[in-house]
Amino acid sequence: MAAQVQHYDEMNLPGAGGRRVREHYGPLVEWLAAMPPERVAEKRREADLLFHRVGITFAVYGDEAGSERLIPFDTIPRIIPIAEWEILAKGLTQRVTALNHFLHDIYHEQRILKAGVIPSEQVLTNEAYQVSMIGLELPNHVYSHIAGIDLIRHEDGSYYVLEDNLRTPSGVSYMLENRKMMMRLFPELFATQSVLPVEHYPGLLLETLRASAPGEMREPTVVVLTPGQHNSAYFEHAFLAQQMGVELVEGADLFVKDGRVYMRTTGGRQRVDVIYRRVDDTYLDPLTFRPDSFLGVPGLLSVYRAGNVSLANALGTGVADDKSTYPYVPDMVRFYLSEEPILKNVPTWQLKKPDDLAHVMDNLAKLVVKEVQGSGGYGMLIGPTSAKKEVEAYRGRILANPANYIAQPTLSLSTCPTFVEQGIAPRHIDLRPFVLSSKDVKFVPGGLTRVALKEGSLVVNSSQGGGTKDTWVVE
Amino acid sequence: MLSRVADRIFWMSRQMERAENMARILGVTSNLVLFGTKDAQQQKNLLAPLSITETDEAFFASHKKLTLPALLDFMALDEKNPSSIYSCLKWARENGHAVRWQITSEMWETLNATWLELKGFKRKDIIGADATRFFDWVKDRSHLFRGVTYGTIVRGEAFNFSRLGTFLERADNTARILDVKYHILLPRVEDVGGALDYYQWAALLRSVSAFETYRTLYRDQIFPIKVAELLLLERRMPRSLAASFDQVTEALSRIEGQNDQAAKRLASELHARLTHADIEEIFQGGLHEYLESCLDDIGELGSRIQRAYLGTI
Repeated sequence: MAAQVQHYDEMNLPGAGGRRVREHYGPLVEWLAAMPPERVAEKRREADLLFHRVGITFAVYGDEAGSERLIPFDTIPRIIPIAEWEILAKGLTQRVTALNHFLHDIYHEQRILKAGVIPSEQVLTNEAYQVSMIGLELPNHVYSHIAGIDLIRHEDGSYYVLEDNLRTPSGVSYMLENRKMMMRLFPELFATQSVLPVEHYPGLLLETLRASAPGEMREPTVVVLTPGQHNSAYFEHAFLAQQMGVELVEGADLFVKDGRVYMRTTGGRQRVDVIYRRVDDTYLDPLTFRPDSFLGVPGLLSVYRAGNVSLANALGTGVADDKSTYPYVPDMVRFYLSEEPILKNVPTWQLKKPDDLAHVMDNLAKLVVKEVQGSGGYGMLIGPTSAKKEVEAYRGRILANPANYIAQPTLSLSTCPTFVEQGIAPRHIDLRPFVLSSKDVKFVPGGLTRVALKEGSLVVNSSQGGGTKDTWVVE
Repeated sequence: MLSRVADRIFWMSRQMERAENMARILGVTSNLVLFGTKDAQQQKNLLAPLSITETDEAFFASHKKLTLPALLDFMALDEKNPSSIYSCLKWARENGHAVRWQITSEMWETLNATWLELKGFKRKDIIGADATRFFDWVKDRSHLFRGVTYGTIVRGEAFNFSRLGTFLERADNTARILDVKYHILLPRVEDVGGALDYYQWAALLRSVSAFETYRTLYRDQIFPIKVAELLLLERRMPRSLAASFDQVTEALSRIEGQNDQAAKRLASELHARLTHADIEEIFQGGLHEYLESCLDDIGELGSRIQRAYLGTI
């Protein structure tokens, strides 16, 4: 069942029956109109084939078939005019800077807690709060070196932050490969307009990681730590390591000796200074966390705490991207930067608060409810598109443990024209820019646009039938 | 290069080479059996592939009678037999998959396609009428993989460890083929230089693609001592021990390690021994004894390479 809500159309101007398009989509629409449908179909098949060949795949490696799933790629780009992007860029810099200030603060003086801006128990009893991080001095005071901030555009045309991803956000490889694919398939599109480049992302990432090395190192050794080939994002780990020209290591490749981390190489042991880890906090060191983890490195935490190796992202960043912390981010911006937040937050009801709970219970069918720790689009209720029975079943789960849930109004994600079986039709999209922090904040223009391929669906996650688009910031 | 990655590449290459040699051995065996006459000789011929791979015990643990179809089933297709062609191709692909970002996409695609094509063969065809076609296919895939590797991979540690694995395995396999065949063909020392079963020796030469080479290099009848010389010491013969060790020492010389003196020393010793050996002297000391010591040394070299570069076993 489709959500019957108004939404912002990224391409078409309202009220003209789709005959007038926004200025920044002009050249694309002209080009699309001039393309014979057979050629479009042919190009789409070519894209499919190329993605398979390159092996840009998602999901787990199936031993028998040897097959891996592709995330559907849509060849119609999502376009953002540069003036709009510049505001977003300022907002992203501001938000991620405040979040890093917050993380430093809660592991040091805890000023924001003492000032009563955020309740102490909200932070200190959070599962993701890492006691082992207290008092630790990190290079540049940066905790989330790589952040993925999920944005949506509401029917009023303004962007809202849906969630902050400060742990190990993924998807940047799709952003890069989508652009490469578009340039390969439709070079003529790039000749007629100025699309800002994104190809330098791996360079920026390497710069960020190097600048995060302990002390003043001239040539720090950077590695990417992956849980291994069975991880759903393994392709991205391998891709980024390859693009940066650094080693892709697994836990067993690393060992700790005399207070340092080394990797085992054919030329003997080699010291490692910065670990871009794509392994979750609790799997990093079996001596400190899960003793059954084979993904980590025994003793890693002691080296980290001694300041002899850097982890990106740092441990314990999850406390800041928790959905129950999210409502406080605008206050963090005001508290640490003395600025008004540029990016809007979605109004959020915290169901641990009795008043909020009562309001949500009265309006459940109109709202979206999410688990505080949930991700990937699982375990959520979208009131307006759910059957009455589902809503009532969910109500029972909320009442059993209200503190585990937050609720938000049903936002109407904007739509962008997308190839579907019947031709071109509007589908809902979001945007995940990737923000890099070390001595300063860097990013490439745009990010990853995810698209919900099912008609009316608001869930863009690849695990739930979402696809991706190339994202253009045009001058 | 990471030890884990080098280890995967080393074994991926060994397994592909082993699959090829297994196909060679089985191809020759099935020819011999089909054209052979005497029953006693038949059983010896059938036993040879099991002795070469030291899997006779495993075979008789699950089979009562040694027949050609049973042998082919066990050596070509048995998942539980680690030396079977099936296992070799499976593990070559598994290892390749684990390092597919450190090898070229062409190499990975070759390994993957080989595995997928293998699954397209029918068991009854492989152990029956289509055996030869199957073994030729395995050889072709191995040739293709080696060629693709040589033609696409960066000259660096991945290349070095791939070469090292390929030629160490080949030296081992050729020594085993010669040792076992020699036993079957010449049970008694006084028979050396005596009357021969021409087909048996020709088959041995064919199993290592050396029949034409023998003719070209010796322009003579087939004498066992010359066959042994060709497979052991003739470095123009690409599957001989001498030629394999030329490649092993060359690959090793390009690899830099911290504690690899023991491995490099043993490789050089073996190489020197094969370079300066005299086939008459080898026969006087006993070919079997010579091959046994070669196989021991090759095994020891494998362990030393493992310790020096690839992490503990």
